[in-house]
Formats: sequence, C-alpha cells, structure tokens
Amino acid sequence: MQEVKASMAGNVWKIVVAVGEQVEEGQDIVILESMKMEIPIAAEASGVVKELKVAEGDFVNDEDVLAVIE
Amino acid sequence: MIKKVLIANRGEIAARIIRTCKKLGIQTVAIYSEADQEAPYVSMADQSFLVGAPRVNESYLNVERIIAVAKEAKACAIHPGYGFLSENEAFANRCLEEGLIFIGPTGSVIKQMGSKIAARNAMNKIGIPVVPGTDEAIAAIEDAVKMAEKIGYPIMLKASAGGGGIGMQVVYSEEELAKAFEGNSKRAQTFFGDGSMFMEKKIENARHIEIQILADHHGNAIHLYERECSIQRRNQKVIEEAPSQFISESTRQRMGEAAVKAVKALEYTNAGTIEFLVDELENFYFLEMNTRIQVEHPITEEITGIDIVEEQLHIASGKALTIKQTDLQIDGHAIEARIYAENPVTFFPSPGHISHIELPEGPNIRNEVGVTADYDVTPFYDPMIGKLIVKGSNRKEAIAILKEALSSYKIDGIKTNIPMLQEIVQHEQFIKGNTTTAFIEKFYHI
Repeated sequence: MQEVKASMAGNVWKIVVAVGEQVEEGQDIVILESMKMEIPIAAEASGVVKELKVAEGDFVNDEDVLAVIE
Repeated sequence: MIKKVLIANRGEIAARIIRTCKKLGIQTVAIYSEADQEAPYVSMADQSFLVGAPRVNESYLNVERIIAVAKEAKACAIHPGYGFLSENEAFANRCLEEGLIFIGPTGSVIKQMGSKIAARNAMNKIGIPVVPGTDEAIAAIEDAVKMAEKIGYPIMLKASAGGGGIGMQVVYSEEELAKAFEGNSKRAQTFFGDGSMFMEKKIENARHIEIQILADHHGNAIHLYERECSIQRRNQKVIEEAPSQFISESTRQRMGEAAVKAVKALEYTNAGTIEFLVDELENFYFLEMNTRIQVEHPITEEITGIDIVEEQLHIASGKALTIKQTDLQIDGHAIEARIYAENPVTFFPSPGHISHIELPEGPNIRNEVGVTADYDVTPFYDPMIGKLIVKGSNRKEAIAILKEALSSYKIDGIKTNIPMLQEIVQHEQFIKGNTTTAFIEKFYHI
C-alpha cells in the first residue's frame, strides 16, 4: 500500500484519477494549486487507486494524504 | 485632491504605495485576508480592515466587500496595485459608479487592452508594429493548422485573456499543435473564463523590452524610457534592468515615441507599460499593454528620479503632468532581482515559516519586501516575497552591487531563488549582456 502525500500546502485543483483505476509509477494523481502554480502530485509506485482522501477545492497541508494506492 | 486612499492589494506593493501616500500626507486604508493579519503592510496603514477568508475570491477579489470598506472608511480613491483587481474593467467601473476614484485608466481601456486580440488590432490600427500573427480568435483546430502554416513554425500559441504565462506555449510542428491548442484553450477557460486562443510568430532570440508611460487627463503623455526584462522563468520575469544595454539610442527614441503615440491614440490615462519584443536587428513588436503599475517600476524610478506612485496619485486627482519629455534623462543603471519563495532548481513554490530575515543595506540598495522575521508565507498568493533593487553609475557597477547585496541577503526557514539569482548575475553571458528571453533555459540547465 502506498500513500500519495501533498508535497506542499495548497488547494486541490484537480483529481485526475478515479477509485479503482490502475495507475503507473510517476502518473499524476492530484494537481494542487499553490502560490498561483499547478503542482502535480504523482504516484510513487504502480497500483490501483483504493481511496481518494480529498475532494477538488479542499485545502491541504504539506504531508497530508491525498490518495491511497494498493 | 485625494485625502484618503484604500489600497486594494497586499504584500510589498501595498507597503510601497502606503509609503508614498505618507510622504504626500495622504491617509491610507489597508485591506487584508485572514491569512495576512500579521503582514507588515497592515500595520503601516492608518486604518486596516479584514475583508475575508484567505482565498482571493473571498478577499482581494471581493469587489463588493472592498467597495463597502472604502465607503465605511471614507476613502475617496482606490489604488489597485498590480494583479488582483488592477486590470479588472468591472471593478474600475464599480468605483466610478460609487463616486470613488480608481487610480488607473478607464474601464473601457482596461477592457480593450485586456483582450490580447483586441489590443493587437488596436495597435495595428494606430500604426504600432505587432508580431505577425492572427487578428481574431481561432475557432477550430483546422483553422489553427492553416494559420500556423501561413505564419510559419515555430509559433507562440496564446490565450487572448491570458497572463502570467498561463495558456501560452511554443509550438514547433503541426503534430504538437492539436494537443497544445486544446490543452491551453481549456486551461485559459478555467483560469480566465475565456478560452479564446490566437497565435503569433515566435521571434527568435527576442528580448523583452517595455516602455513606462505616464498620461494625464489633459492630453499630456510622456515615456520614462525602457526596462529590459528578458530574464524570465516560466514566462515570468526574474531580473529586470533599466536602461536596456542592447538597444541603440535611436531605437530607444523610436520605441518611446511609439509608446507615447499609442497612449495618446487610446486616450489612455495614468501609469501604464507597453511591452515589446525586440529582435536581433532591433525591430520591435507590440506584445501587450499593462494598464497598471508594474512590479519592476522601481528601476525606472531609480534612473529617472520620478516617484511613479506619486505621479499616479496626481494624475488620478486631475492634475496635469508637470514633467515634460525634454526634462528627462537617464541617470545610471538600475537592476531589480525578484525574490521568490520557491525551490531554486524546480521552481516549485516553497511556502512556510520565515524564522529569520536579514536584508542587504547600502546607499545604492533598495528593498521592497512584503514579509518579516517570524512570519508565515502562505500558499494562497503569488510566491514573490520581495524585490531587491540596486543602482550603479553604469551596468558593470550595478551588477557588482547586486552580487554583493545578494550575498548578504538572508532568509531562513523557506527556500528562495536567491542561489539562482546569484548564479545568473555571475554568469558570463549575463555580464556580457546576452540576455534574451531564452536565457534561463539556455544557460541555467533546466
């Protein structure tokens, strides 16, 4: 199991995967918006998206878990 | 006469505007979001009002709330600074409706220059050269392909309502075009609420050189020479200098005259900047007009001795310009380095807690900063936290002062671009003046 964490504080701008989807290592999972910039957050390993912990528009802090991949 | 000004902005520019107001004996009203309660500019103003939650839509873009605060505080004018509501036609018009002076041009000029396509066409009509490209929004990808063939690759694909480099992309081939067209149009729709795209020929080895203008309500207009802002990352400026070391005196004169001619034809009022791309042969092409004060205005102030904010306030209160073109001359060389809270390698933002800050000091050093020690840089706003401005009697001296100043600029707790700035100012090509817009990608190994 792998947790996809925010690398910095910001707003969740877009969630680009769905629960149940097969994702590859390096694939973008969530795009954060921080300081007027889009920050893509990628999966560190391949797997299936088990859970999305955030919704678009949510505010997240550095290290918050955004998604869980199995 | 303006007696009290509300500053509809935050950070370093709010502090900068307050400073000139104090010098002129004008009362100031600051607004702030919940994220900016501790910001230095808030306590600098005579009065301050909380306008809402951290997100810009609920605070710094909240037109009705800002107007209500201006009325409550009995401010008679609003200075919008840059960004936020500064180029918002509806806001300028709302101020007018409410009997408040908007310190900037009229809503209709803001609208015209805000649409890049309309601005290109207006300049073309006035006789100002524009970059070869399309004169209307591109409806479909098939049209885009045809136009790109006619103009010739590489082309710059741009969003008509764009800014800050968003929705903009260099395209080298037809294969790239379809994907770029759709993606950028969608992005522009999301960010600006308008997905209209147009294209321009990409000018190779271009320099970004802009002309600062001032125009009053009595038909007088002058230019305050140029700024060269070629050092950019992600299409955003990093280092600016005035004057440009590249253009000849005759090009300088022609660019200044073109800018003055344009603002007179547009019946433009207040401070503004006309941005041009300049090619290797010193041909210049209109890029866009910024209908507000610009981030890099201090370098123009340093070489002309003019306080641009003071002129903005005078013009807005209906006074005629007292400076004539013939009164002006360039004194020395000024450089500005923008301090960004960002990772110097990836350019990703770096919000966080500033534990300690130490600014360089000296007779030829000017600091404009929006932060202080023991202060949180939040993720809600632009990553620019300050500007370091230096002045020398010539470019070589200015670079030496900048190098020294950067080495004593200390910010602890967050990452900043200072290491990158240090590399740039020591780079042989920068020292030589080979400063095209491709400088960072060419020489900074990214």
